[in-house]
Amino acid sequence: MKSKLRWSLLAAPLALAACSNISDAPQSASAVPAEKPRTVDKNPYPSTYKAYPGVATAIRNVTIFDGEGGRIENGIVFFANGKVSGVGGADTAIPEGTTIIDGSGKFVTPGIIDIHSHLGDYPTPSVEAHSDGNEATSPTTPEVWAEHSVWPQDPGFSRALANGGVTALQVLPGSANLMGGRSVVLKNVYARTIQGMKFPDAPYGMKMACGENPKRVYGSKGRMPSTRMGNLAVNRQTWIKAQDYKKRRDSGKEYTRDLGMETLAGVLDGDISIQNHCYRADEMALVLDMAKEFGYKVSTFHHAVESYKIADLLRDNGVCSAVWADWWGFKMEAYDAIPENAAILHNTGACVIIHSDDENQIQRLNQEAAKAQADGRRMGFNISDAEVIKWLTYNPAKALGISDKTGSLKAGKMADLVLWNGNPLSVYARPYKVWIDGALMFDASNPKIRPVSDFELGQPGEGDVK
Amino acid sequence: MRHFLYAAAAVAAFATPVAAETIAITGGRLVVGDGSAPIEGGTVVIRDGKIVAAGATVAIPSGARQINAAGKWVTPGVFAGFSRLGLAEVDAVNGTNDKSGGRSGFSAAIDVAPAIDPFRSPFAVNRSAGVTRAVVAPESADSIFAGQGAIADLGADSNPVTKARAFQFAEFGEEGAASAGGSRAGTHLHFRAMLREAQDYAAGRGTFDDDLLKAEDAKALLSVLRGDTRLLIHVEGANDMLRLMELKREFPAIKMVFVGVSEGWRVASELAKAGIPVIASALNDLPATFEMLGATQSNIGRMKDAGVQVAIGMINDRDSHQLRYTTQYAGNIVSLQYVPGATGLTWDEAFAAISSVPADIMGVGDRLGSLKAGRAADVVVWDGDPLELSSAATMVIIDGVEQPLGNRQNRLRDRYARPTEGDLPKAYDR
Repeated sequence: MKSKLRWSLLAAPLALAACSNISDAPQSASAVPAEKPRTVDKNPYPSTYKAYPGVATAIRNVTIFDGEGGRIENGIVFFANGKVSGVGGADTAIPEGTTIIDGSGKFVTPGIIDIHSHLGDYPTPSVEAHSDGNEATSPTTPEVWAEHSVWPQDPGFSRALANGGVTALQVLPGSANLMGGRSVVLKNVYARTIQGMKFPDAPYGMKMACGENPKRVYGSKGRMPSTRMGNLAVNRQTWIKAQDYKKRRDSGKEYTRDLGMETLAGVLDGDISIQNHCYRADEMALVLDMAKEFGYKVSTFHHAVESYKIADLLRDNGVCSAVWADWWGFKMEAYDAIPENAAILHNTGACVIIHSDDENQIQRLNQEAAKAQADGRRMGFNISDAEVIKWLTYNPAKALGISDKTGSLKAGKMADLVLWNGNPLSVYARPYKVWIDGALMFDASNPKIRPVSDFELGQPGEGDVK
Repeated sequence: MRHFLYAAAAVAAFATPVAAETIAITGGRLVVGDGSAPIEGGTVVIRDGKIVAAGATVAIPSGARQINAAGKWVTPGVFAGFSRLGLAEVDAVNGTNDKSGGRSGFSAAIDVAPAIDPFRSPFAVNRSAGVTRAVVAPESADSIFAGQGAIADLGADSNPVTKARAFQFAEFGEEGAASAGGSRAGTHLHFRAMLREAQDYAAGRGTFDDDLLKAEDAKALLSVLRGDTRLLIHVEGANDMLRLMELKREFPAIKMVFVGVSEGWRVASELAKAGIPVIASALNDLPATFEMLGATQSNIGRMKDAGVQVAIGMINDRDSHQLRYTTQYAGNIVSLQYVPGATGLTWDEAFAAISSVPADIMGVGDRLGSLKAGRAADVVVWDGDPLELSSAATMVIIDGVEQPLGNRQNRLRDRYARPTEGDLPKAYDR
């Protein structure tokens, strides 16, 4: 627990050698000889994830939150061949040969999705040798890919599954850099390789960061940026180069590949979403203008503790805010955080996502959402339980570009779902069973259906309830 | 000067409590905090800042201000078992962060009491969440001994310290080893050598070797050696705890309390036998370090079952700002009762672990931490189960004084409840 805030606060100065100055920052170290445009493989580390076998299962007599704001009392949800095949009331017909689970007193939700995690790139144990989330050697490193850092044996994946009901997550680079690199979306299923965890066909994201972290990390090295205006300047210079690169690439002529520029051009193409760490309202507004200036779109502001101040602007721009319920005061740009952030956003009609950025709170995103809901209720904003569940399921799926596949209980979607032993917005509720693509991956009543990473094998507490 | 005046006026506007009254709170679900079951329709009577009586049939003094708590819960205030409350306004802004005085050249002598600032916003924020008392500890820097901590109250007044120099705080395990030269061997050597130096100092020996201790440090450690001051020790791993229990046999008068204790369940019977109470981090369940390989949320329940006295604390876990998580953490420990194979606490035990038990462990259970007669009247009325996420404190009383529940976060909330600007900029909206 001791370095809890290391990504959002990033207090530890990084003693890595600076290897390029800002004038050539976007140049990656990995430029390779010229190549024909059409030969570029956009997916050179493809997902090898395969759904595990499941049995056709129906849960009945259960309260269903469908992830899109719907609630069904005494309902039935059933799934087969890895897909949701039916969701409805008590009279919904259950096909023959379906295993039936009585869900009396229990609740079903779509699998929880954490849009902001560092599981795998800052895994536990949190030792220096595992610190793989910030390539803090240049303020812009769009050429790095988080998936090349993620350790698939992070014990944190199992806790997120068993205690948090998390079935998918976006692992991001850290926030030391203005442009931190590509994110990766994972299925929360252990595999021997990171390719084995990658969410099939999920779009890439690119991490950007506003504010204190980049200017502190590079300013302390006597480099640009050392101010917020420096942050914007370096970003804009880099986008200008990316526009130029894209033009060359699209010209059909030979050009030299550049990994960083490929990512940025992918953003300008609309193929890669921007996932932007940003705390202050005024900075988010500047980023929105920068996005217009260069012709890209921000998917989500992460942390976004001051989103409530510009909820209307965020609504009008169709940008989500991925927020904590109530973190505050750990750094200057988190000083104006309030617990009603999510509720004010929701009430204004803006998109809300509850995120963790934390290997502990990823285990109770449902509880964080419940606190944000309660703080809203006390200011007169009554947000239903079913709407609040959307903050943890459909909204993050949409912001990640995977809402056609997961994030809600609709026929044909992946059977990623959690059966809770009570209302997941209660402190007393825990996941009872979790299915991913229809395969039972966690079962509270069966110690055999509880993953144990290689790291924990043969260690004290192996296979413990945790 | 001007902005100081305005700041003072702003604080006074919502932070000046009235004096202690005679109050009777009736009709609520009354939780005494000692682990006993709630009393339906119970009454608690407060006079002169103290609890007069609490129970099912309590006479209401004439002239008492009566508060009807029907449909509500009435409990002792939350006693945060471990914190850095009041020692920082913004953690990463150095000028506001007084957690560690380790570069002062002093160690055990450091006393956090004057650094606890009740005007810092974590006081008001956590007070409004029903936290009324807190154990406040310094952070260590260059010595295993971090200095002397205090017990604070969260009242909206200018006297935050309930008990100064209530304990000495020390780091063992990885953090202790780091400040003792890089090895746990160094930690143990430092521990012994510093205590022996303190004895030398007391004996007035000319050979007093102040390499490790200044005279002020020696004085502070003498109080620990004699058992007059508790020694709270941050320790997570099973082996570190076992070795500390050996040190306890070497220095039997020292009143040790373990803090953090992620692997406590592995040595629970030894802890119980040694009579060492613990202030445990409730939800650690990851091998964050190699001394926490066995971490599990069932830790507290297992230790309790083994006979260890266990309170909930939040060491190094947002411990300057988020003491309001204490009730949520306790609720999570209750939830483990419904998880097959896990070990939690009953609701009554869990509430005791955030009220009477930390007070007992700190040696002030006769004055604080429960609604028993004679204790300080720290009483909270809640609109529902205080451990549930949907509940909030609707009234907070500290030392018999009803507290203001406003804070800076509420002001921002009210200003931006409708974010779009109206006839004037938001800066005029207050």
